[in-house]
Amino acid sequence: MIYRETGQYKATYGADQQLFPIVQDRYFFFAFMAFLVIYPVFFGSDYLFQVVLYPVLGLGLCALGLNILTGYCGQISLGTGGFMAIGAYSFFKITTIFPDLNILIIFIFAGLISALFGILIGLPSLRIKGFYLAVTTLAAQFFVEWCINRSDWLSNYSPSHTIGAPPRELFGFLVMGPEAPGSAKYLVMLFIVAVMTLFARNLVRGRIGRSWMAIRDMDIAAELIGIRPLFTKLSAFAIGSFYIGVGGAMHVMFNLENVDPEAFEIFSTSFPILFMIMIGGLGSILGAYMGAAFIVLLPVLLRNAFPFLGIDIASHVIQHIEFMLFGGLIVFFLIVEPAGLARLWQILKEKLRQWPFPY
Amino acid sequence: MVTDHKQIGEALLQVNNVSLSFGAVQALSDVSFEVREHEILAIIGPNGAGKSSMLNVINGFYTANEGSIVYKGISRAKMEPADVARNGVSRTFQNIALFRGMTTLDNIMTGRNTKMHRNFIWQAIYIGPARNEELEHRRKAEEIIDFLEIQAIRKTPVGRLPYGLQKRVELGRALAAEPELLLLDEPMAGMNTEEKEDMCRFILDVNEEFGTTIALIEHDMGVVMDISDRVVVLDYGRKIADGSPDEVRGNQSVIDAYLGVSRE
Ligand SMILES: Nc1ncnc2c1ncn2[C@@H]1O[C@H](COP(=O)(O)OP(=O)(O)OP(=O)(O)O)[C@@H](O)[C@H]1O
Ligand SMILES: [Mg+2]
Repeated sequence: MIYRETGQYKATYGADQQLFPIVQDRYFFFAFMAFLVIYPVFFGSDYLFQVVLYPVLGLGLCALGLNILTGYCGQISLGTGGFMAIGAYSFFKITTIFPDLNILIIFIFAGLISALFGILIGLPSLRIKGFYLAVTTLAAQFFVEWCINRSDWLSNYSPSHTIGAPPRELFGFLVMGPEAPGSAKYLVMLFIVAVMTLFARNLVRGRIGRSWMAIRDMDIAAELIGIRPLFTKLSAFAIGSFYIGVGGAMHVMFNLENVDPEAFEIFSTSFPILFMIMIGGLGSILGAYMGAAFIVLLPVLLRNAFPFLGIDIASHVIQHIEFMLFGGLIVFFLIVEPAGLARLWQILKEKLRQWPFPY
Repeated sequence: MVTDHKQIGEALLQVNNVSLSFGAVQALSDVSFEVREHEILAIIGPNGAGKSSMLNVINGFYTANEGSIVYKGISRAKMEPADVARNGVSRTFQNIALFRGMTTLDNIMTGRNTKMHRNFIWQAIYIGPARNEELEHRRKAEEIIDFLEIQAIRKTPVGRLPYGLQKRVELGRALAAEPELLLLDEPMAGMNTEEKEDMCRFILDVNEEFGTTIALIEHDMGVVMDISDRVVVLDYGRKIADGSPDEVRGNQSVIDAYLGVSRE
């Protein structure tokens, strides 16, 4: 009865085009955002930050980038880890060369470098599709890994090509590096993620978003109504890679803080992020974050659940259980609900809207 | 029924000696005809006659092996489909080619994409110019939705719509681009009588109200005779007749083609 669309009439197209046409959705969203700001700042523990919040935000942004490319524009990519590495190493290099440059600007540049690389990798997408394109992106992933392992300059001549988060301030507050308070890093991440998510939301509901989806759903028809396939695909590669680059840089600089090239490996990054959008929902912004939360939280829950129930299980067994669960879930979502958790959430809301009198 | 107040003008599109082959299959041989401003031209012919291929050549989707297309006085041998569309040619497809994952409204809005110019930074910010542009085009899209009487399915993903409605949405998407030349590939195939009547009405209305030139492929002879100003008949990739519906109906080679009389 409380969650109702009835009685909320839209008198203008402007009102109908809002982000949250239903009033209750709007309230719920603002309440949730307020909670995301207030609760961790006052009650957040290091555990909450490092195990849950940082990874969900950082990887969630990467998942959003991949979802723009794969979910909205239909171009499969297995190179996510490579683009994250480009973002992270670019950030590291720029901030060592210009230590006083505002970190928000550096994140933008890190994203832009990743976007440029994305355009390069996207060039073959006009000719090759699906599986073959995926293999090309895989090659890009290996190429990036190889470059990082080859170049000493990229990691400032660290012997194992490791990079770390340097101490950096933003508007006079220490927000980066081992000494920075957890909530400060969190707020910067949340700010960047919130702004970029809003931008993505605006993009996908406008002209560019429709071009992406048109190419995804039927590229020939899209071309015959005037959409240029190469430009459209490259724009998805550029913008998707921008998001992945920024997400990767944040994930490294705020969360991991010290990484070697192995951290960006295909099995530890590219695949999990692909799973996030498959489980969360292809072509959904909310889905990217739901998928990220799910993939980040499931292992945490499993690791805590068995000891909590008094069952003594070796950690490597838990890891196997994790793999099996992920495998099963991916098959489940592929077959039963390709639109993922985001769609389930939508169905729940539709049910709720009709409750208690469904017709 | 040829409407009397309609002014049929000069040739908008000329097809000059077009030939097209797929390997050994000669889909079109030396076909020439013209589409005149504001008219409804029907292209008919038995299955496999090369009708769809003809539209695909006009579209730039296939490139003719020989011959040329002159559109608005400009001749071309080869042109990218996207550029043809941007020059005012829209079409629908024999097998519906909608964007299945998108709503009716989004499909129609996509038809207007080439008319929108705000760059991606404005679009990301949305508030301001991009929003105004979006709303302006939404208004146009809603006019088409009203015209085609599909208000109720505005927010429905088109993949869930019945066949007849999908055909209508596809027409809407083509109209959204405000074309000068509208190519319709079997717009009434697989429809029941009532749906066909609606579709005929829409096609005639588009032609009369907006003055849009229409070239359509249709198998239903009743429909063809009713709505077209002129008819071009293809058979085995050749043009065998070209004229008013009445002339074509009485043409012996057309009768033979439809009755399957051997050409030898
Ligand atoms: N892409 C293609 N590759 C090979 N052959 C093709 C191709 N497209 C069409 N053809 C062939 O060209 C000929 C003409 O086909 P087309 O689709 O233009 O016929 P049509 O008149 O539209 O027939 P229908 O009434 O069945 O739609 C047919 O013999 C068909 O097999
Ligand atoms: Mg055909």
